[in-house]
Amino acid sequence: MSDFFSLLLSKYNYWIYITLMMIGLYAMIAKNNLVKKIVGMNIFQTAIILFYISIGAKKGATIPIIEHAHERHGSEAGSFLVQAANYINPLPHVLMLTAIVVSVATLGVALALAIRIYNRYKTLEEDEILSQIRKE
Amino acid sequence: MPYRQVFLEVLGQPVSRESGWPAAIKNMETITSIKPLLAVLVSLGITPVLLSSAKPNVREAWTFVAAIAKFALVASMLPAVLNGSEIVYTVAEVIPGVAIKFRVDALGMFFALVASSLWIVTSAYSIGYMRGLKEHDQTKYFCYFALALSAAIGVAFSANLLTLYLFYEMLSFVTYPLVTHHRDEEARRSGRKYLLYIVGTSIGFVLPAMLICYNLSGTLEFGKQGFLAGTGSNALMELLLGLLLFGFAKAAIMPFHSWLPAAMVAPTPVSALLHAVAVVKVGVFSVVRVLTGVFGTDLLRSLDFSPFILLVASVTILVGSFIALSQDNLKRLLAFSTIAQLSYIVLGVGLLSPKGMTGGILHIGMHAFGKITLFFCAGAIAVATGRKNISEMVGIGRRMPVTMAAFFIASLSIIGMPPGGGFLSKWYLLLGSIEANQLPIVLVLLLSSLLNAAYFMPIVYKAFFCRPEESLFENGVKEAPLFCVVPLVVTTLISVILFFYPQPFFSLAALVVKGIAGT
Amino acid sequence: MSEHYPALLVTVPLLSALFITIAGWLKKGLCFPIAVAALSVSLYSSLGLLMRILSEGPVLYLLGGWPPPWGIAYYVDHLNGLILTVVPLVALLNLIATKKVVEEEFPEKIGPFYALYVLMVTGLLGILVTGDAFNLYVLLEIASLTGYGLLAMGEDRAPLSSLNYLYMGTIGACFYLLGVGYLYIVTGSLNMLDISSILPSLYQSRAVLVAFILCMVGLWIKMAFFPLHAWMPNAYTFASSAATSLVAPLMTKVMVYVMIRLILTVFTPKFDFTVLAVKGPFVWLAVLAIVAGAVLALAERNLKRMLTYVIVAEVGYMVGGAWLGNRDGMTGAILHIVNDAFMTLCVFLVVGNIVYKVKGYRFENLKGLCRTMPFTMGAFVVGALSIIGVPPTCGFFSKWYLLSGAIQAGHYGFVAALLFSSLVNVVLFFRVIEISYYEPRGESHGHGASSPALNEAPVSMLVPLLMVAAGLILLGLYTGDIINHVIRFAVPASLS
Repeated sequence: MSDFFSLLLSKYNYWIYITLMMIGLYAMIAKNNLVKKIVGMNIFQTAIILFYISIGAKKGATIPIIEHAHERHGSEAGSFLVQAANYINPLPHVLMLTAIVVSVATLGVALALAIRIYNRYKTLEEDEILSQIRKE
Repeated sequence: MPYRQVFLEVLGQPVSRESGWPAAIKNMETITSIKPLLAVLVSLGITPVLLSSAKPNVREAWTFVAAIAKFALVASMLPAVLNGSEIVYTVAEVIPGVAIKFRVDALGMFFALVASSLWIVTSAYSIGYMRGLKEHDQTKYFCYFALALSAAIGVAFSANLLTLYLFYEMLSFVTYPLVTHHRDEEARRSGRKYLLYIVGTSIGFVLPAMLICYNLSGTLEFGKQGFLAGTGSNALMELLLGLLLFGFAKAAIMPFHSWLPAAMVAPTPVSALLHAVAVVKVGVFSVVRVLTGVFGTDLLRSLDFSPFILLVASVTILVGSFIALSQDNLKRLLAFSTIAQLSYIVLGVGLLSPKGMTGGILHIGMHAFGKITLFFCAGAIAVATGRKNISEMVGIGRRMPVTMAAFFIASLSIIGMPPGGGFLSKWYLLLGSIEANQLPIVLVLLLSSLLNAAYFMPIVYKAFFCRPEESLFENGVKEAPLFCVVPLVVTTLISVILFFYPQPFFSLAALVVKGIAGT
Repeated sequence: MSEHYPALLVTVPLLSALFITIAGWLKKGLCFPIAVAALSVSLYSSLGLLMRILSEGPVLYLLGGWPPPWGIAYYVDHLNGLILTVVPLVALLNLIATKKVVEEEFPEKIGPFYALYVLMVTGLLGILVTGDAFNLYVLLEIASLTGYGLLAMGEDRAPLSSLNYLYMGTIGACFYLLGVGYLYIVTGSLNMLDISSILPSLYQSRAVLVAFILCMVGLWIKMAFFPLHAWMPNAYTFASSAATSLVAPLMTKVMVYVMIRLILTVFTPKFDFTVLAVKGPFVWLAVLAIVAGAVLALAERNLKRMLTYVIVAEVGYMVGGAWLGNRDGMTGAILHIVNDAFMTLCVFLVVGNIVYKVKGYRFENLKGLCRTMPFTMGAFVVGALSIIGVPPTCGFFSKWYLLSGAIQAGHYGFVAALLFSSLVNVVLFFRVIEISYYEPRGESHGHGASSPALNEAPVSMLVPLLMVAAGLILLGLYTGDIINHVIRFAVPASLS
């Protein structure tokens, strides 16, 4: 039992992102309203973004910005040594900036499609849309 | 008897007593020439010309030009082949060790000669038939015909199993529009059956067999004694034999024969050339090639496959002949007769004896000339009188004496009686089965000849020798158009001539047999 | 200039999208020429790149000069060099062929359509050329998003179908992203070659296994591998034929390429086939996909939907071939990527022609087309023969290698599935050809009756189609060259 708890506690970021992913997935599948599905999709993507960020974290580390770097010129700039353990990993953040952009773009496309669908079927509920399609 | 002298003359060498096979050919050179490719492409290239020809006469003229050119190309390679050489041409190496490649040897030359010579005759006949019945879509008909001949020559000259498969499939798809030419419900159903049997077996049986062969031996080239010897277990060889024997369903070996009677919905010239001569002969030619070039007689003998092949062939012969007895529609009767006759060829090769193989290969030619005459007659009757069933043809001999006389002589050839050329091939089959100590096969051959007589002779009898009041026709001779009658007279004459002077077919058959022994 | 081909490939179409959008506002007539020019530059660059690879070997191009693993590297070897030439060619042919369709169906949206078109090609080319796993995700999403947009421009049901595709596609891409994340956690690198050098010591790690599974499943969703294919039939059927004939030949094939890239380069064959015991089950999944695709296609009376199920089966071929684990199977899978792209293009261009003329694609609309559109149906026959696998078309040769690989691996289920699929394809395609061959009304024996007038598609639609059809036969005849000079080097020597 204590094994399980230690597992749970040490890898809590994994559990959080999995939970969020499942919430998002549930929303995408089970919800009827198109916008709710889209929101679910966004939650799904956000879960992954959170996961990536979480893996870059280090105990007791600070944000990865070197202070006053712009004030050093010439031979000093670039020769500034950094203790990597003091700064959290910036790479996942950078990657996730891109991923956030992708997520926003996807959201935009999805909402645009939802608007098109609404204009055509006058509803955003999936079951009503499907019954309209079946009638045609 | 003349043919025995011819036989010995051509071989000119002592028969070695132990094996019974003639001694090897001394001079075997390989010539590289583009002629085989050209022979195949002639009719392929003529297609755009045909499609663009506005006037029917121009179109027909181009067909003749192509047919004569093809025959000329094929015939020009004959002297070299008779000399013992082979002509090869490689198009492209598509798979490591396997190329799209042509090789003109005796067996291929035999079939190519038969097919290309008969195309000329059939083109003439087609003109008479199609115009006589005012058929639609004649341009497309002639195009597909040309393409089909292209594929047939391609099969004849294939150097390996892949090239053969390529042209075999091409033939299947190109003949589909010809079979379904009339485009009615019956044609549609027959077309489906045609495709189902022929493409189903070639993709389902031949393709995996070909791949297994390639994986076993690394090559697909037809060899003098095959290329499968020693490559796999006996069970695997049995499987391959079954797959390849039944996979070439164009050979109409039972139980994959039903497409042939169904395909009789096609116009008669199509039935004549393709189903009596080209399509079915391609099938049986492929089977012969597989037996001799993939397996090889030595392997077949050592694995004792001969009884199986003979059994399958005999069943087809007998059952086919029996069913033919019960048919009223003339073309269907001829179809079942063809099914039976094709298995003679398989039987001949399956005997694995020199005379048997000679007889089998010779029958490819003899049956072709005989059967095509019979189909031409059936078509001429349809054009002149519109009748299709035998029961409606009582007394037709007075109305169309030339046609029925030709019918009579051609049926003699099929039955295997002089002066029809078929006598020669049947005689060799008989000799071969005695040579191979297969007495049951002798019985099969005799019985089937009797059956052949049983379904052909009544037709002839009723046509000529019926009482005047029974005759369904008025008096007076009124034959089919000249374009129909002349070709069938020509093929009848050829059948008879071949009885007295079976060259060059006989020499080619003998060369094939000689080549098999020559490893 | 020539050493910048990898970058040109991707940036030229990207920038041209901007110009096309502007032209769409100002002068619509310029959109098409700009798109053609951009794709031509890409095609030229990809051909040049292939020539370079054939003579010098794989090319490593560092974007911005930053060395890996910090910078993004473009890595082009024989595998993607070959497919790089296929994508712009297919896109260009399709562009020319569907010009009239686009002008007819959305005349006021020409700018956006061509911009999305060119952006999609950018995404696909980027996927092919990149050597960085995360960069691949970005370009994957570029291609996917533009694909959703393109496919949504169509009839009634197009937006909804595209939205459903969006959901599933996003899940797939996210799984891939997760997989890359796991790989990053254990290796610390995102560069494909770098990862593959670090991974061997980690083969037993569970994280690597999870990464592998996540990447595979994500890619399977994107390539419509049964049973994750549910988005495809609707999305492709209801879209405009101009969009479908771009997306259908390319999207799934490029996803198969990504899977093969992961199998061969990132997770080396040793891991995939020896350490993991998945190749057996995966090939059986492929068998299931092939059979399901064939059976579902048989049930369709709608030509476009039937073709999408044929694609499902084709994807099954490629996945199965790749997972057979031997040289012939992998060769067959790679060859089939190239062949299938052209075969699919051929049949979907035919559908485009038919829709342009007859305004429908159900079987009832196809009656008598052999007479009124003989060239189109002729090309359809060639495409059908290639999909069935009849020599000398290219489809036969990729089937040959797949079958050969299956026999060598002893996987007779896959052999049976391939043969079954070929036979079902005969039925499928000849059903269509039959319907088009026989007259609309009950047939009279037509004694010299007048044939219906020729109502063929315009020349600009016919010429690319006929070129593709001829190309299918040429590809078949040149298979030996393609295998010997290119694919032979794409498959690593460690694969027997």
